[in-house]
Amino acid sequence: MRLKQLALLAGFAFVAAQAGPAVGPVQAGTPDDTLIMAKNIDDIIVLDPAEVFEFTGGEVIANIYDRVMMFEAEDLTTLVGGAAESYTISDDGKTITLKLRPNQVFHSGNKMTAADMAFSLRRVIKLNKTPAFIFTQFGWNADNVDGLVTAPDDETVVLKLNSDLSPALALNALSAGVGAVIDMKLVMSHEVDGDLGYEWLKTHSAGSGPYSLKTYKANEIVILEANPNYRHGEPAMKRIILRHVPEAAAQRLLIEKGDVDMARDLTPDLIKGLEGNVDVVIANDPKAALIYMAANQAHPILGNPKVNEAIRYIVDYEGMVNSFLAGQFKIHQAFWPSGLWASYDETPFSLDLDKARALLAEAGYPGGGFKIRIDTLTKSPYPEIAQSVQQSLSKIGVESQITLAEGKTLWPMYRARKHELIVAQWSPDYVDPHSNADAFAHNPDNRLEASLTGKVAWRTSFFNPEINAMTEAGASEADPAKRLAIYLKLQKRMQEIGPFTIMFQKSEQTALRNNVKGYVSGANFDLVFYRTITK
Amino acid sequence: MVEGNFTTVSGTGEGSSPHSLAARIALFGSAIAKPANVLFTMVVTILGLTAITFIIGRVMPADPVLAIVGDRASQDVYEAMYLKLGLDKPLLQQYWIYLTNVVQGDFGKSIMTTRPVLDDIITYFPATLELASVATFIGIFLGIPMGVAAAVHQGRLIDHIVRVIGLFGYSVPIFWLGMVALLIFYAKLGWLPGPGRIEVYYDGIVDPVTGFILIDSAMQGEWEIFQNAFSHLVLPAAMLATYALAYIARMTRSFMLDQLSQEYIITARVKGLTETAVIWRHAFRNVLIQLITIIGLTYASLLEGSVLTETIFAWPGIGQYITKSLFNADMNAVIGGTVVVGIGFVGINMFSDVLYRMVDPRARR
Repeated sequence: MRLKQLALLAGFAFVAAQAGPAVGPVQAGTPDDTLIMAKNIDDIIVLDPAEVFEFTGGEVIANIYDRVMMFEAEDLTTLVGGAAESYTISDDGKTITLKLRPNQVFHSGNKMTAADMAFSLRRVIKLNKTPAFIFTQFGWNADNVDGLVTAPDDETVVLKLNSDLSPALALNALSAGVGAVIDMKLVMSHEVDGDLGYEWLKTHSAGSGPYSLKTYKANEIVILEANPNYRHGEPAMKRIILRHVPEAAAQRLLIEKGDVDMARDLTPDLIKGLEGNVDVVIANDPKAALIYMAANQAHPILGNPKVNEAIRYIVDYEGMVNSFLAGQFKIHQAFWPSGLWASYDETPFSLDLDKARALLAEAGYPGGGFKIRIDTLTKSPYPEIAQSVQQSLSKIGVESQITLAEGKTLWPMYRARKHELIVAQWSPDYVDPHSNADAFAHNPDNRLEASLTGKVAWRTSFFNPEINAMTEAGASEADPAKRLAIYLKLQKRMQEIGPFTIMFQKSEQTALRNNVKGYVSGANFDLVFYRTITK
Repeated sequence: MVEGNFTTVSGTGEGSSPHSLAARIALFGSAIAKPANVLFTMVVTILGLTAITFIIGRVMPADPVLAIVGDRASQDVYEAMYLKLGLDKPLLQQYWIYLTNVVQGDFGKSIMTTRPVLDDIITYFPATLELASVATFIGIFLGIPMGVAAAVHQGRLIDHIVRVIGLFGYSVPIFWLGMVALLIFYAKLGWLPGPGRIEVYYDGIVDPVTGFILIDSAMQGEWEIFQNAFSHLVLPAAMLATYALAYIARMTRSFMLDQLSQEYIITARVKGLTETAVIWRHAFRNVLIQLITIIGLTYASLLEGSVLTETIFAWPGIGQYITKSLFNADMNAVIGGTVVVGIGFVGINMFSDVLYRMVDPRARR
C-alpha cells in the first residue's frame, strides 16, 4: 500500500519534473536588426489609408506609405515634399501643381507615376470613409473629383481647389494619412465588384514608404519589413514588430527583461517604478492630444456665458498635473496644441473659486444652487479629472453627478447633444490649425437637423457668427503671416467666449531599452518614425 | 447521492442490467430518444442564446456604427454605414436575417477585425481551448489526489494544507496571481517566458492547421517551436489551473469524506480489503461519478472565464475577443463568440452526461 502511494507520488513528481527541464533557460534580448515594441494594438480596425482613423493604425500606415506632402523626422516643424518633390501654386491660389520625385518604386517593384498619386487621392473621395472630410473641404466630391485631380503626364499631378480653402492649408492636409500614395496596379489587381481594392487593402499594404506590411493579425501582432529601396536609404531595423500586450504591467516586465525594445503604454506609476533601472530610458514626447471640458450651450444654465467663464476657474490645473497627471499631461488652454505652428500658449486660467463664485453670482446664480451632470470616459485619467472638477463645483455650491461610459456609449450621446458637461479628448486630424479650429470654433448651421456631428462646436450648440467668420478667414487666407495672426486671435477669443475649457495637453512617455536610439515621436499620432531607429 | 452503494461492494451488482423484455425495450427506446432529446435541447439552447445576446446587443446604448466610423464621422458617412449594417430594419427582421445567415454558416463580419466572425473564431478559439484544456488537465491530476489525500487524512497536516490551497485558489484574484507569477517566474527567476503565446520570431513558421500551436508544431516536426509554445503555456495554464485545482480538490475532499463515512466502507474494511482498495476501488469510484459533473462545469467555466488570464498573458483567445467586441458593440462577433462558447458548454455537459452513464450503471436505467 505504502509502496503504491510512493509510486503514485513519484509518478506525479516525474510529470512535474518533465515540465521543468522541457522549458529550459529562457533567452533574453531581441535580435540586433529587429525592433519589438509592446503596445496595445486593439484599436486597429483597418490599414487602408483611405479609412484609417485610429492611433495605432495611423502610426503604422505612416511608416508604410509616403504621403504627397510630409513632415519628416529630421525636421518635424517644416512641411516638405514626400512623394511629390515640389509644388507650384497658381496666382489665384486655386491650382496646385505637384511634381513627383523621380524614380520612386513601390514595395511591389512597380514604378510610381502621377497616375498612382491621382488615383490615391480620388479613391479617398470615392470610398467616402470617415477621413474623407479632409479632402471634401477642397470642394471635391465623387462626381467632380476626376476632373479636379488629374495627371497630365507621368510626373505631374494637378489639383484644383473647388472651395475657398487656402492652398497652404490644402498642402498641410495632403500630409494626412489620406495623402498616402498607393500602388494603383497592385491595389486594382485585387479589386472586387468595383471596390477599388478596399477589401484587400484593409489588411495588406501597397506603399513605397520605409516599411511594408508583412503580417497583420488583429489583436495579436503587426510585423513590418524594411524597404531596401527606400528613398532615405534602407532603415537600420529590418523588422519592426508590434506585439499586442494589453496589460501595462506586463509591458513593464517585458521591457525590464529585455524581451521587448519599447513599451508604449506604461502608466505613470509603472514609469515611476522604472526609475533607477539603468537598462531602460524614458522618452517624453509632447503630443497634440488635448483634454477639454465642453459645456452644452443649449443647457439653460450652462449656456450662460458667465457660467462658462466660471467653469474655467474651477479646474485645479496645477493640482492635477502635479499629482495623478504627472509626467503625462501639461497645462494647455487653447484649442491648438503647443509645439505646433500657430499654437497659442497663454494660460490665463487657474483655480480661483472666489472668482468663480463671483461670476456665478453675476450670472444670476449666487451660491450656485443648481445641479449638473458630468459625463466622461471610464478609463483613467478621465474619472479622476471629473472627480476633481466635481469637488471644486461642490465648493461653489454646484452639485454634480458623474456618469462614466465607454467611448462607444459616450460619443453617441455627445453627438446627439445630450450631454451637460463632458470631459473628453481631441487630437488633430492633420497638422494645420484649421483641423482643430474647424472642430472647436466653426458651426455654420446650429440647427439639430444640420447634424454637423463631426464638429464639437455644433455638438455643444456653440454658434457665433464672429467666430465662424474668423475660422473661415483662417482657412482661406493664403498669406502665412496673416493666417498666424488670425489663429492666435481666434484662440484667444475662444478662451474668452467659447464653451470649452481646454485643460491639458498630452505628453507621451515611452520606455525604451537603453540601446535603442533615434526614436522620433512627433506631436501628431501619425508622426511616429520607425525608420530612424537604431540599436 | 449515496443510495445503492452496497451493490458496489459485492463487485457483481455494478453494471447488472435489467432482464425483463419490457425493460430491454425501454432501454433501447431511450437510447434512441436520448440523442434526439439532446439535439433538441442543444438547438433550443443555442437559439435562446442568440436571441438573448442579439437583443441585449441591440438595446445596449453603445453604437456599433461609431465603432466603425469613429466619433468624428460626418453624418453622411455615419448614415451610409448605418444602412449597410441593416440597423434601419425592425429588430425582429434583423434577427431573422441574422438567423438565416447563421443557418447557412455565415456569422457575419466582425466590425473590429473586418473579417468573417467564423474566421476570427477559428483563429482565437483554439488558443483558449488549449489554455483551458491544459488548465483542466492540471486541475484534475493534482486536484483529485490532493482531495483524496485530504479526506483520508482528515484533520491532519495534509488536510490543512489542501484546504488552504483550495481556499487560496478559489479566492485569490487571478489578475493579481498572474502578475505575481510573471514577476517571480519570468522577471526574477527567468525560468519561464513572459506574456504571449509564442516567441514573436516563430510567428508564421507553423501553418495553422488545427489552430492549436502544440499540435500543429508537433505535426510539422517543429520541435523547437513546440517547446517554445509549451513553455509559454505553462504559466497562464497554471494560473487558470489554480481555480480548477482548488475547486476540484475541495469537491473531491467533500465527496470523499461523505463516502468514507458510509457503511459499505466499513463493510469493505471488515472484509479485510487493503486500504488502497477501500479508498480507490470503492469510495473513489462513487466519488468519480459526481466529479465528472464538477470537472465538466469547471472546464466549461474556464472556456468562458479566461478573459483576465488572457489579458495579463497577452493570450490571443476568445475571452479577449468577446470582451473587446462587447465594448465596441461588435454584435456579430459577440454573438458568434457566445454561440461557440455556448456550444462548448452544452457539448461538455453532454460529454460528461455520457461519461456519467458509462461510469454509473444506475444512470442508465
